[in-house]
Amino acid sequence: MHNDKFISKSEIGIFIFALVLPFIFDFSPYIQGLLIFVMLWVVLGTSWNLLAGYTGQVSFGHAAFFGIGAYAAGVPFFLFKVSPWWGLLFGGITAVILGYLLGIVVFRLRGPYFALGTLAAAEILRIAFGQEEWLTNGHNGILYITTWVSKYPYYFIILAIAAGTILTVKVVMRRREGYYFLSIREDEDAASAIGINASKYKNISMGLSSFWAGMAGAFYFIYMGFIDPETVFALHNISIISILVGIIGGVGTIWGPAIGAIIMVLLQETFRSAFFGFAPQWVSGMHAFVFGLLVIFVILYLPGGVVGDWDLIKKKLHLKRKSEMKK
Amino acid sequence: MSILSLKNVTKNFGGLTAVNNVSFDVEEGEILGLIGPNGSGKTTIFNLINHFFPVSSGDIIFKGNNITHKKTHEIAMLGIGRTFQVVKPLKRLSVADNIMAAAFSRESTFEGAKRVTREVLEFTHLDHVAHQKAGGLPIAGRKRLEIAKALATRPTLLLLDETAAGLNPAELDEAIDIIRAIRSDLGITIIIVEHIMKVIMNISDRIHAIAYGTTITEGSPAEVAANPTVIEAYLGSDYH
Ligand SMILES: Nc1ncnc2c1ncn2[C@@H]1O[C@H](COP(=O)(O)OP(=O)(O)OP(=O)(O)O)[C@@H](O)[C@H]1O
Ligand SMILES: [Mg+2]
Repeated sequence: MHNDKFISKSEIGIFIFALVLPFIFDFSPYIQGLLIFVMLWVVLGTSWNLLAGYTGQVSFGHAAFFGIGAYAAGVPFFLFKVSPWWGLLFGGITAVILGYLLGIVVFRLRGPYFALGTLAAAEILRIAFGQEEWLTNGHNGILYITTWVSKYPYYFIILAIAAGTILTVKVVMRRREGYYFLSIREDEDAASAIGINASKYKNISMGLSSFWAGMAGAFYFIYMGFIDPETVFALHNISIISILVGIIGGVGTIWGPAIGAIIMVLLQETFRSAFFGFAPQWVSGMHAFVFGLLVIFVILYLPGGVVGDWDLIKKKLHLKRKSEMKK
Repeated sequence: MSILSLKNVTKNFGGLTAVNNVSFDVEEGEILGLIGPNGSGKTTIFNLINHFFPVSSGDIIFKGNNITHKKTHEIAMLGIGRTFQVVKPLKRLSVADNIMAAAFSRESTFEGAKRVTREVLEFTHLDHVAHQKAGGLPIAGRKRLEIAKALATRPTLLLLDETAAGLNPAELDEAIDIIRAIRSDLGITIIIVEHIMKVIMNISDRIHAIAYGTTITEGSPAEVAANPTVIEAYLGSDYH
């Protein structure tokens, strides 16, 4: 891990490609929207991966951070007409505070109990934000006329947030913190015996992870112009998506969640649009089912995800090509 | 001056008294052997020293400080390193990264941790497997990695729990050399638990013997080996 150059040429290449992408092609607003969602899911998946994949604390409640970040942009606007753009400053910080408070409770739990604890936290917030109408406008949600009609500026903002998230992971994983995260993931008792304060470093991991999830949430409000508790604290559309993006791309790999996000958005859109209108309409309800199948397949055959098991995939494809050539 | 003192340490697990009113001192620079039949409480004593479990009663003094109620990671940072009888490698990390993680306890920079890792890899003869995954090491390598991780935290006192068990004769000799060098080259005080009498009798300056969690005798290897209670405690059990 530590012999690689910090940032490789191909990584710079990917970033430049993502940066100039909108200038090369004349994308329809629909495609532009998809690109933004890919980036949004890159942020969520990478943030989840830091806590779950690298530190071994498998969160089922990342919607808590996403949602609180969204409301950090939304509530000041709803109450005082403060520009939601301030959310890009407060969204991450608010999520970190939530993460710290949540950590006091959930880090007492291990394994499945930790997962359930985080899930419960997101659900409690979803219900509470629906109830407290004076603060959040309840289920009516908060509406805001977005700043720009064009999607391009939003694309660059979420690209910057995604780059920030990935860069955070890259930097952290070369430092003491990163080594401590991995040690805690592998064996908490062994970690404490070599001097690692496990609860401190779990909190640090949670802080970094929740920061970027909160930023994604704040961006979501600025971009969509509408939030309600059911959307931003959603178990299936946020918490579970964060997990799926991480698992399919590759848990504990830098680029796994990015690849996972591309696969997932493509798959989701293919099904939602019923294969772009070529398949019967009922297919559009199938995307959750297909995600489920995909996860089962990945866990069984590619436990390292597409990135983690890339060598395995290459070998399989290679063997297949060889056997085809023999025929 | 003694570097570590156990004063009337007792540990109850429910109705079972695993360690019963045990007291001993470890002098700076010595190798103290801790012996006793299976289930006599040796590992439990280590678990009490580094606070994997709290004591039921008694005190543990390290370099003049009462560490009885300190946390495990604090005790490691104070300078007590340990190995685990049931080894705990960080499985999906390479051998080198296992040691890196431990080295960061004293080194704040990547380069510093890497330098310590190189030294430790060389000292424990693990350099040739540095880039293998720790989970894939054979038992001799995993036992040695336990020592390597502990050394990378720069301890002044090292607790070795059966690091020679399951080794073949050649590996055993290598292990003995390494343990001796830990004291002579690095100046680290050692408490060693070992069933293999060849190792414990050769290596220890003094031996503390327990049975059923209770001290039966303490003295030089020759004295302890001649003690009738020790012989009785070991009789009929499967010792070497
Ligand atoms: N966590 C625990 N909970 C309950 N009982 C325990 C626990 N740990 C150890 N014991 C019991 O305490 C006693 C002492 O065990 P310990 O592991 O300290 O023995 P040991 O001398 O290290 O034995 P061995 O030579 O087999 O390693 C045993 O009866 C064991 O079953
Ligand atoms: Mg034992």
